[in-house]
Amino acid sequence: MLLDIITYSFPLLSWLIWLPIAGAVLVLLIGDERAGLARWAALGVSLATLALACLLWRDFVTGSAAFQFFEEKPWIAALDIYYKLGVDGVGLALILLTVIITPLVIIAGWEVIEFKPSQYLASFLVLEGLMVGVFCAMDAVLFYLFFEAMLIPMFIIIGIWGGPKRVYATIKFFLYTFLGSIFMLIGLIYLYRQTGSFDLNTWMYAKLSMTEQFWLFLAFFAAFAVKIPMFPVHTWLPDAHVEAPTGGSIILAAIMLKIGGYGFYRFSLPITPDATGELAGIVVGLSLVAVVYIGLVALVQKDMKKLIAYSSISHMGFVTLGLFIAFELMRLSAGEPDYAALAVQGAMVQMVSHGFISAALFACIGVLYDRVHSRQIADYGGVINTMPWFGGFMVLFAMANSGLPGTSGFVGEFMVILAAFKYSWWVAMLAALTLIFGAAYTLWLVKRVIFGAVANDQVAKLKDLTLREAVVLGTLAVFTLGLGIYPKPLTDVMQPAVQKMVLHLNQTKTL
Amino acid sequence: MITQFSDLKPLLPELFLLGSAMLILLVDMFVAERRRGLIYFLSTLAVTLTAVVTWRAWVEPLPGVILNGMYVRDALGDVLKLFMYLTTVLVYIYAAHGLRASNKFRSEFFTLSLLALLGMMVMVSSSHLVTLYLGLELMALASYALVALDRDNPEATESAMKYFVLGAMASGLLLYGISLLYGLTGSLDLTVISAKLATMDTSAPILALALIFIVIGIAFKFGAVPFHMWVPDVYQGSHTPVTLFIATVPKLAAIGMAFRLLPMGLGPLQEHWQDMLAVLAAASLVLGNLAAIAQRNLKRMLAYSTISHVGFIFMGLVSGLVTGYGAAMFYVIVYALTTTAAFGIILALAQGDQRFEEIRDFRGLNQRKPWFAFLMLLVIASLAGFPPLVGFFAKLLVLKAAMDGGYLWLAILGGVSAVVGAFYYLRVLKAMYFDEPESEAELKVLPEVGVVLSVNALALLGLGFAFNPLLERCLAVWQ
Repeated sequence: MLLDIITYSFPLLSWLIWLPIAGAVLVLLIGDERAGLARWAALGVSLATLALACLLWRDFVTGSAAFQFFEEKPWIAALDIYYKLGVDGVGLALILLTVIITPLVIIAGWEVIEFKPSQYLASFLVLEGLMVGVFCAMDAVLFYLFFEAMLIPMFIIIGIWGGPKRVYATIKFFLYTFLGSIFMLIGLIYLYRQTGSFDLNTWMYAKLSMTEQFWLFLAFFAAFAVKIPMFPVHTWLPDAHVEAPTGGSIILAAIMLKIGGYGFYRFSLPITPDATGELAGIVVGLSLVAVVYIGLVALVQKDMKKLIAYSSISHMGFVTLGLFIAFELMRLSAGEPDYAALAVQGAMVQMVSHGFISAALFACIGVLYDRVHSRQIADYGGVINTMPWFGGFMVLFAMANSGLPGTSGFVGEFMVILAAFKYSWWVAMLAALTLIFGAAYTLWLVKRVIFGAVANDQVAKLKDLTLREAVVLGTLAVFTLGLGIYPKPLTDVMQPAVQKMVLHLNQTKTL
Repeated sequence: MITQFSDLKPLLPELFLLGSAMLILLVDMFVAERRRGLIYFLSTLAVTLTAVVTWRAWVEPLPGVILNGMYVRDALGDVLKLFMYLTTVLVYIYAAHGLRASNKFRSEFFTLSLLALLGMMVMVSSSHLVTLYLGLELMALASYALVALDRDNPEATESAMKYFVLGAMASGLLLYGISLLYGLTGSLDLTVISAKLATMDTSAPILALALIFIVIGIAFKFGAVPFHMWVPDVYQGSHTPVTLFIATVPKLAAIGMAFRLLPMGLGPLQEHWQDMLAVLAAASLVLGNLAAIAQRNLKRMLAYSTISHVGFIFMGLVSGLVTGYGAAMFYVIVYALTTTAAFGIILALAQGDQRFEEIRDFRGLNQRKPWFAFLMLLVIASLAGFPPLVGFFAKLLVLKAAMDGGYLWLAILGGVSAVVGAFYYLRVLKAMYFDEPESEAELKVLPEVGVVLSVNALALLGLGFAFNPLLERCLAVWQ
């Protein structure tokens, strides 16, 4: 087996993981008494991580499907576990998303979080390191370690700084995710017993019988379907989103959900391709339910955060749709990877794009909530009259969320729908309905909140964006528009890895 | 056969500890009430020096079997002993503070626990049923007395009674099993028994009967369902320093006893005891985790959580493979270190006579003592098996062992019950981090206890990254 890896002169990925975590310790040591210093330290650490990630982007060999920046150290010899890191194009895109969003989260919570600020900031820095780790771990145990360890800081973030029903929401979030991942753990141990290794690259080429693949598929599905989340195991998400503080919602929507999609891409597709191919129809069905039904559910929400949470589930339906129609597309095209690659890439673009858009929408709601302390749509109206700049941003992000051409929201959805047409007219038709539902619930939200006459005294007294908020929303707007107008850098980076993946899907692994 | 005194060299650690215990008993008679610190100091010193003696003997390889095969000196016993010493020293450090605070700083605690430790050392080093039983009884009798130490407390007296009656019965059953084995094989030497059994028809009902009695004896010492009744009462009823001791060190001895009896002595009956242990493991996992949910008292909750951990420990034994035994041993060591820290925190936070053991007491700990809340977070996360804490890797190993042994269903059950377990562990985190404190009174913790606790709890995190040497040691003893 050819191990296609490219090494680098410097353990850059390790730095990206451990620098934020070390920074978190520093922030904790500074403590709550010197909150100002802690905030600047946290921001400094996250910006330093961002700078390192720029190096990652600069030296990434575009056009190669290899795992780059490869690092390997023996860790637990008795179990053949290695500390093994590497990124392909998809991992790179998601790492960049993570390191861009984290400083924004820190800025967004700057003056808002007054209770135990150093713990708050440290939790997010720890999360950042762990999330980067998930996207570049090449050893299954290492992946699981990062995947699970994320739960504790998130549990604490929702539980301490969340809304009134935070305890219920955070325990539900934790147990749902934990239950799913325990099945994955058993799957991982099983694969180790079959192959004698925890290396993801080895697993990609391991021969497995159909029955084995079937059960392994279910084990992975349990973990990632909950994480992304798919209908019908999505119910933790609206609760978690509504109760989480703004920063928690942003990280949850922008990055944590993507880990589910990334897991499908890294585990289900390459390791159990035959079983995944067989069962793809069911997943496609569930994805369509998410797109259509959850879209309708979003329409009737009274709480802004809940509405965006359901919108997230609906958009994630596109991700699973794109990933899982790839199998049928490969079969229909007799091994020509073009449309399958388009579908998978569309799914990945959708993940990155939704990362920015959902982050922006939650940040917008955070801006309103900090002023009025309500998330109910009915408490607002005519905000544009008092907050014109904010109104402008909100409208832009709402348009992006409904998939307006020229914004990043359009690119991924368009690619997936285009590929879906090759698969089945009806599937494409149903998927395209989201353009209508998505526009309906987002624009209706904007109409009720932003436009119209000033609804009440509180809205009349609103002050427009502060510089801090403008920086957050402005940065997100740049990425939303930038990726919408010129998505080529993103697709170029991911293209070779995706191409290799879909070609791999076509090879049977059964004995 | 004449035994020369120099032949007893492998027995040196036990002899040394016995001598020290006797000496401490004597010294105690002449020590004034307010100088009790001396006893604490001497006991800690005795355990430390015993560790040095054991270590010295380990570095210089010694003949393995002495006293006509009654006593065996090997790496398995030594590894377990060294961790017993470590745990005991930790127990003393945490307990001394708790005993002083509650005005029960008596030397009986130290001498009894030293004798119990001696019994446990004999247990893990015996390759003969009589020595094994002797060690077991020494440990058990000392433990009963320890539980009853808090004699003015009706709860403690009640749990001591319960512990004694049930324990005596379990010892009786074990003894009955031993006598049946003796009748069948004509020997009490475990190596001889093992060799004899290999030539016998293992499906004989009388053998099964003997095996059942022996497995019950082991299950009782571990507190596996359905022989767990004593665990919650003893944990909750005993004075916390005593619980701390009973919950940790004897588990290391119990695993040693299980290793000596089952794989080493009754290896030929493996397929029978594998299934028995699997059933016990499954029952412990389910009942332990479900019952823990309903608890409000942290000590009682930890008791039920211990029962579920026993289920995990048994998973390693169930596999019937040396890697599984290594995994079970690793699990027990990790469990002992984690549980010591858990009870250590409960003890450290107790203020004078005021106990700190209801989950309610932990409310808002993050606002009162953030560092201790964080230490408790590490302990809880390790008990629940969240990575990157070492408890996760211990679970990973036993799950793999169960699957290696062909018990996939048990592994899946273990996984699901870990999720149930996560719920009650999270409740402690919830109390510490999300709830408002019930009292604003300042919590005072002795600095030296705080430092040792910090090292103990942070070691759980550090071991998560660097447990390879420990694991390899646990696996190597089986080669």
